[in-house]
Amino acid sequence: MCLAIPGMVESVEYPFATVDFSGTKKRVRIDLVDDVRPGEYVLVHVGFAIHKVDKEEAKKLEEMLAEIFIESG
Amino acid sequence: MISLEKAKAGIKELAVRIRKEMEGEDEIRLMHLCGTHEDTITRFNLRSLLPDNLKLLSGPGCPVCIIPDMDLQMVFHLIKNAKITFTTFGDMARVPFEGKSLFYYRSKGYDIRIVYSIFDAMEIARQSEKPVVHFGIGFETTMPSTALAVLDGVENFHIFSSHRFFIPAMEHLLSLGKARIDGFINPGHVSTIVGVKAYEPIKEKYGVPQVIAGFEPYDVVLAVYHLVKAVKNRERALLNEYTRAVKYEGNTKAQKAMDEVFDSYDWEWRGLGVVPASGGAIKRKYEEYDAMKVFEDVFKDFEAKEDARKKACRCGEVLRGLIAPSDCPLFMKACTPKDPVGPCMVSFEGTCNIWAKYGGYRV
Repeated sequence: MCLAIPGMVESVEYPFATVDFSGTKKRVRIDLVDDVRPGEYVLVHVGFAIHKVDKEEAKKLEEMLAEIFIESG
Repeated sequence: MISLEKAKAGIKELAVRIRKEMEGEDEIRLMHLCGTHEDTITRFNLRSLLPDNLKLLSGPGCPVCIIPDMDLQMVFHLIKNAKITFTTFGDMARVPFEGKSLFYYRSKGYDIRIVYSIFDAMEIARQSEKPVVHFGIGFETTMPSTALAVLDGVENFHIFSSHRFFIPAMEHLLSLGKARIDGFINPGHVSTIVGVKAYEPIKEKYGVPQVIAGFEPYDVVLAVYHLVKAVKNRERALLNEYTRAVKYEGNTKAQKAMDEVFDSYDWEWRGLGVVPASGGAIKRKYEEYDAMKVFEDVFKDFEAKEDARKKACRCGEVLRGLIAPSDCPLFMKACTPKDPVGPCMVSFEGTCNIWAKYGGYRV
């Protein structure tokens, strides 16, 4: 139920946007998220964007896991 | 994206560290609070990586499961006695009361439609002469979409709200105290909306360590690792592992929309009883969109009953982490995903359904 799937914003027709989920395109509401632009990723839950995916933060997790990986040899 | 090799190696290393931390320790009991977490845990058999003295319990994180039979009966009463189109998410349409579900009523000719989102239901209303009533279910993740729909205001569109605020349920669970819970894996997408700040009162009052986690296997294992350390060190931890989707303040626009539309009432949950301030009732100023108000005449002769078929169903105890699905005598015998008795076996987020789907019945 609280499943949310990231997709790439293709075009914006405020308050809607067409979002591409690996090939499947859907029209979703974006008015609860600030400043959404084409090319950005949003987390979508039951037809509305709940969050703009933070690429920097995703990268941080990757780096942290890489660290564990290196430590364990 | 994290490469598969890196993720696998990271998880393995974390599992080794968790085992080391748990050596010679008393039992630690962690609870997750989201059906999607249970899905990750069971699908990837993460419990098999943990030592025997570390338990990963499943909590009331399935919005379909926690809706009590009372709400279901009211909905059935409404579709039978009012000339409406009724819209619902698919999961909810399969939950039975006395063996009958919304799908059953649809087969009998009632106008019931399955929608992906409330905005699709509004489209149906815009193109219809009839009143359209939408079954509003879900926690804080879903509630903002209902709030938007109410604020948009389509004249013949009404909501039967079975929404529940999740945070009060965590507090209620701790105050019941029956299942010992040493730490929480907090729900990722509820947290996207409410933010880290929403858990501060629980931290202050109960001090139970909490980690907000994402839904990849490494997110969950990392959360478990942090929780084990916090429990051992008696830290009042409130950590956010899911930083790529959760901010301290949460989604303030969504919070504002929710505040505008919903009041919080003391409503019942399956398994938890009445949870103070957990019911997402539509505010009186928007009562023209509230199906409870618009159809109050229809509900005048409504009487709730007990479902005799659910007597042996232990969904309520599963939701509180008191038992595992395999402890229920009906599990995979009288109750299967194809012919479910209780909602925990119906919903894709229900622990019984997830265990049935992936097997590996080990806690």
